[in-house]
Amino acid sequence: MNIIEKILARASGKEEVSPGEIVEASIDVAMIHDLTGPLAIESFRKIGAKKVWDNQRIVIILDHIVPASSVKSAELHKVVRNFAEEQKIDNFYDIGQGGVCHQLMPEKGHVRPGELIVGADSHTCTYGAFGAFATGIGSTEMAAVFVTGTLWFKVPEVIKINVTGRFQNFVTPKDLILNIIGQIKADGAIYNGLEFAGPTIGNMSIDGRMVLCNMAVEMGAKTGIIEPHQTTLNYVKNRTTKPFKPVKSDPDATYKKVLDVDVTDLEPQVSCPHSVDNVKPISEVDEVGVDQAFIGSCTNGRLEDLRLAAKLLEGRKVRNGVRLLVAPASQEVYLEALKEGLIKTFLEAGAILCNPTCGPCLGGHLGLLAPGETCISSSNRNFAGRMGSPEAYVYLASPATVAASAVTGKITDPRLLKEA
Amino acid sequence: MTICGKAIKFGDNVDTDVILPGQYLVLTDPMELAKHTMEGLDHAFLRKIQDGAIIVAGKNFGCGSSREQAPLALKHAGVKCVLAESFARIFYRNAITIGLPVLECLGVSSKVKEGDELTVDLGAGKVENKSKNLVLQATRLPEFIMEILDDGGLIEHLRRRIRWE
Repeated sequence: MNIIEKILARASGKEEVSPGEIVEASIDVAMIHDLTGPLAIESFRKIGAKKVWDNQRIVIILDHIVPASSVKSAELHKVVRNFAEEQKIDNFYDIGQGGVCHQLMPEKGHVRPGELIVGADSHTCTYGAFGAFATGIGSTEMAAVFVTGTLWFKVPEVIKINVTGRFQNFVTPKDLILNIIGQIKADGAIYNGLEFAGPTIGNMSIDGRMVLCNMAVEMGAKTGIIEPHQTTLNYVKNRTTKPFKPVKSDPDATYKKVLDVDVTDLEPQVSCPHSVDNVKPISEVDEVGVDQAFIGSCTNGRLEDLRLAAKLLEGRKVRNGVRLLVAPASQEVYLEALKEGLIKTFLEAGAILCNPTCGPCLGGHLGLLAPGETCISSSNRNFAGRMGSPEAYVYLASPATVAASAVTGKITDPRLLKEA
Repeated sequence: MTICGKAIKFGDNVDTDVILPGQYLVLTDPMELAKHTMEGLDHAFLRKIQDGAIIVAGKNFGCGSSREQAPLALKHAGVKCVLAESFARIFYRNAITIGLPVLECLGVSSKVKEGDELTVDLGAGKVENKSKNLVLQATRLPEFIMEILDDGGLIEHLRRRIRWE
């Protein structure tokens, strides 16, 4: 069996499972946030339930529109806060205690290898970076999990992506995943799992692994996953006190197909409007002026991303007429960035620092785009209307490309940025 | 369960951000959500839905976020069923959960034109295009999913089950 089959077999109490089989599985951890939580809570009450199945397995995070930008969003926060108190959810992270849910979950030790995790958010697949099977579900299905602790899953076929080679300077895991999305396309992995493997992955940092698994859903995949290595275990053991049992794919595991990718000659990649799979190498992108640049989100708001961006912004200025927004993904990331002097670099360059939030990425609040404006963003989606007006244009790229573009005012290859 | 209505056509990769833009996720009344359905893609949608009720789309319908508000908005705007070449999995599950029938039907996007009169037999997975005198076979829904739809969605389904046990 491969790693996904092993986790689903364990969670459904079976010796073995195979693709296509539908299983009823026990959930290890379930997460909601401020935009999907209220509907889950409403459904929970409509079902007629009084008490959640296990208050220690539920994590609640306020992150999408924080602090509240309107009375409406304040009301949603209140609904979620009250529920957390009523159900005695200890793992409730209010504003100021956390950050973007997919950064916070592993950071606070709620993600462990071998576990089955669901989140009422599509980017829940991020936790595959830790060798967990994690996937996004809707609010009412989450309510069902809150009541029963179980959910049905169809065991997916798995596509293995074997990555080799060493990245060039300023070429990042984001460029790799955009390149893969360009190959597989937005619907190329529907209902499938994606397993990232190979020497490049083995040497990759936790931050980089999270970028790859995070964007698996942009190909329609149920999840992205990487088998746990020493890097993974070092990270997890420092953050959780609960025992866990890592699993790996068997050498004879079966896959739907195997895709080989060599990153040696990979150049920075850009996903052009209005579809994530509309990916081009940066050398093939025509001159595009930018009005706004965003560094943040559950895809690329981590310390490694901020370090890279700061390296490019050090001693340089954001070009007049461009707004650069930086939102560290969590309080912890923000604090570390502060200690390392990265925040100072951003401020001196003329960036505006936002609190940890998903806001700009989903057009929820902070920095919405006007019709006709163009944004280059380190986030994960460039659908029409995603970051504001449906008539705005969003290009997705790595934090390095975003930082370089903020300096020049047009989409720029970070490798070619002139000496400061 | 039989569903009749005129087809409203869409292409491939219709995402949840165009079905229901993120800025409306703070709304909690389904009828309020419905007013913004497909706002990112087709401003005439709410007018079109007056004489049609079945969406016919290409590949990967509902890709993107996990927002259950997307199928909720479609349902409350008056959509009776969505037929597509394929669906994004979270949207697919959400639609069933809230009682909006969805069927995967290969060839549907080429064999149905805007405004065609359709009859869908959900249990049998049969799609009849009355305007073209054609019958298409969709992927049949498993029994347990049909039970959820017959009950009117997952909430009602669980209410029944929990009372039984």
